[in-house]
Amino acid sequence: MALLELRNVSKIYHLGGEEIRALDDVSLDLGNGEFVSIIGPSGSGKSTLMHILGCLDTPSKGSVKLDGTEIASASQRELARIRNRTIGFVFQFFNLLPKLNVVQNVELPMIYAGLNSRERRERALQALDLVELGNRLKNRPSQLSGGQQQRVAIARALVNNPKIILADEPTGNLDTHTGELILALFRKLAAEGRTVILVTHNPEIAAVTPRRIEIRNGRIADNVDRKLAGLDRIVPNAAPAVAPA
Amino acid sequence: MNFVNAVGVGLKEIQAHPLRSLLTLFGILLGVSALVAMSAIIAGNERGLKEGLTAIGGLQKVRIEAQPVPIEQRHLRDFATGVTIQDVRALAAGVPEIQELAPHIRLDIPPVLSANGKSSRTWMTAGCLPQQLELMEHVVGHGRMFTALDNEQARSVCVIGTGIRDELWGKPTDDGEEIIPVDQMIAINGQPFKVIGMFQHYEGEQDRKARELARAERLAQRAAGATNTLDGPKRSRGWGGGGGRRGNFSYWIKNNTVYLPLETMRQQFILGDTNANPNRITVIEAKIRDVEKLDTALTQIRNVLMITHRGIEDFAFRTQEDWADRIQDTMKNARISGGLIAGISLFVGGIGIMNIMLASISERIREIGIRKAVGAAGPDIFIQIIVESVVIAGLGGLSGLAASNAMVWVISQLTPTENAPIITWPAMAVAFGFSVLIGIVAGLFPAIKAARMNVIQALRYD
Ligand SMILES: Nc1ncnc2c1ncn2[C@@H]1O[C@H](COP(=O)(O)OP(=O)(O)OP(=O)(O)O)[C@@H](O)[C@H]1O
Ligand SMILES: [Mg+2]
Repeated sequence: MALLELRNVSKIYHLGGEEIRALDDVSLDLGNGEFVSIIGPSGSGKSTLMHILGCLDTPSKGSVKLDGTEIASASQRELARIRNRTIGFVFQFFNLLPKLNVVQNVELPMIYAGLNSRERRERALQALDLVELGNRLKNRPSQLSGGQQQRVAIARALVNNPKIILADEPTGNLDTHTGELILALFRKLAAEGRTVILVTHNPEIAAVTPRRIEIRNGRIADNVDRKLAGLDRIVPNAAPAVAPA
Repeated sequence: MNFVNAVGVGLKEIQAHPLRSLLTLFGILLGVSALVAMSAIIAGNERGLKEGLTAIGGLQKVRIEAQPVPIEQRHLRDFATGVTIQDVRALAAGVPEIQELAPHIRLDIPPVLSANGKSSRTWMTAGCLPQQLELMEHVVGHGRMFTALDNEQARSVCVIGTGIRDELWGKPTDDGEEIIPVDQMIAINGQPFKVIGMFQHYEGEQDRKARELARAERLAQRAAGATNTLDGPKRSRGWGGGGGRRGNFSYWIKNNTVYLPLETMRQQFILGDTNANPNRITVIEAKIRDVEKLDTALTQIRNVLMITHRGIEDFAFRTQEDWADRIQDTMKNARISGGLIAGISLFVGGIGIMNIMLASISERIREIGIRKAVGAAGPDIFIQIIVESVVIAGLGGLSGLAASNAMVWVISQLTPTENAPIITWPAMAVAFGFSVLIGIVAGLFPAIKAARMNVIQALRYD
């Protein structure tokens, strides 16, 4: 059984009588431990798909099963619990809380998981060590570079040990070099057996993932655009653009 | 998320906006301090009024005095005797509910008192029995009260209040040195009397404190003045009823009282007057055993008096019930208006908090989105906002309590009367409870709004 099963999922927005099908009859299986990129042109529905995969949103039609549990009919409370325990998010704009320092930001998901402060501190330090930020604990996000902020966000995504890491344009706001470092982190997580799903415009990133899903007009494209997927740059099965960390 | 965490998050948020939180807090501070100070002032007033009531004998006292014959009994006018010595005897024998009876005679024209080359008139000169002392809550401070024997033998002795002493012999000095005119002679309407006792000085609790404080200050000043020649002339301000602040009227009356034996009064001032009924008494003060049985006692008294007066209703009762009722009414009105004012300021403070919380959540939409994305459920956000609002309101409440204590302290320094405000624990508890309640109510709407926020929209917001 796949970790995530989408069956005939549609997301329909109504704007002044007009119907926008952000997702249109999407069916998709994602296995445990898969490293996947979701690509497609702007406005095609990538973020919408990611919101549904991440239990931030429920579909208008169709069924979404995570580990066999139906999401489409889950309550807000259940969705919050799944987001807390099973999913880690990384966003394009980092989305750290500006008034909290690095450790406090990383501790945030554990507060809602009900962990005590000693345990929270311990696990936050572990996660921050993993992203090599163990020395910036007391800094505010505004005192960090973009790449450092994104690493804090990754530490926060990891800290509740989720099965799935979802990232929406995680390198979109970073320069190439920093982006590569971040990407290396994701590859490491994937190598550890976590399910990693990256939404990206960046062909270089798409090129790294073993599986690519292209969305066009809210539907899954039958064949992947080679240019968008970065396949024109590399020979299949060649060495990845970025060396594993 | 547990409660401690929620409080922590709330406090952090308040810390992040110190000025804004302070301003918000101020609304509640005003409301709470208004509530506490108001209730303290009312409690102080109530105590002052009640102190006055007990000073004249309290609710247990019934005063029986003559009144004109009612219209329907006009034809019996010539048989009306007024209140007499016979009434006193009949009441003593016939009304078990009466604990103490004290008849007294006052002259129609206040007698002239003279001694030490000075004279004065006092309306509170009365001929009475020794038990009058207890009934009117008098205490002899120097010398003694006259006895039943003094009364039987109609001796020319009297007991005076400190007010009379102040008038005729002079006030105590600032150092507390006072003249005690016991064994001095005093003329009452030209007749010589011996002063055998003087009552203690009556004053309210606050008057006494104020006087002691002033005295301590003067002593300190004087001690400093021994080495400091710049010390200016000292102002003399006695504490007698006549001069300066008069204080509670009840105390003033008591301090200006002169008692002489009833028989002496009759023989020296009444019997010579051929127009007067020699048995006539001005007032009978009766002390009832049990306030609860006031009504029964009044009926009994009436029945007895109707017999001695042969059915002519030329007497009337006066109790302190009216006074007590008036105190209650005054207090009720004060509570309502005070409560209203405090209520309005608390309400305004509450609106302030709600306003701030709404502003605060709308500038934190993204934060709320992030919290929800990492696993906060609606109730977690709800609690966070409510806690923030309650913490602000609670801090406002606490500082309001502090402010009201300071305010009341200042008020009692400025006006040291027996009406000085009293802060009570229940008042503080109620006021604080209200501030917390307002925090909850004001936070409710913003908290619900925040809890219901859509995650994706909140995350996109900037
Ligand atoms: N809340 C909404 N209301 C109405 N339309 C929406 C809403 N959210 C998304 N859409 C529409 O759904 C479509 C897909 O949007 P989505 O954000 O998923 O695109 P995307 O593939 O992530 O684009 P990009 O690469 O630019 O981020 C777009 O046409 C968008 O306008
Ligand atoms: Mg997008």
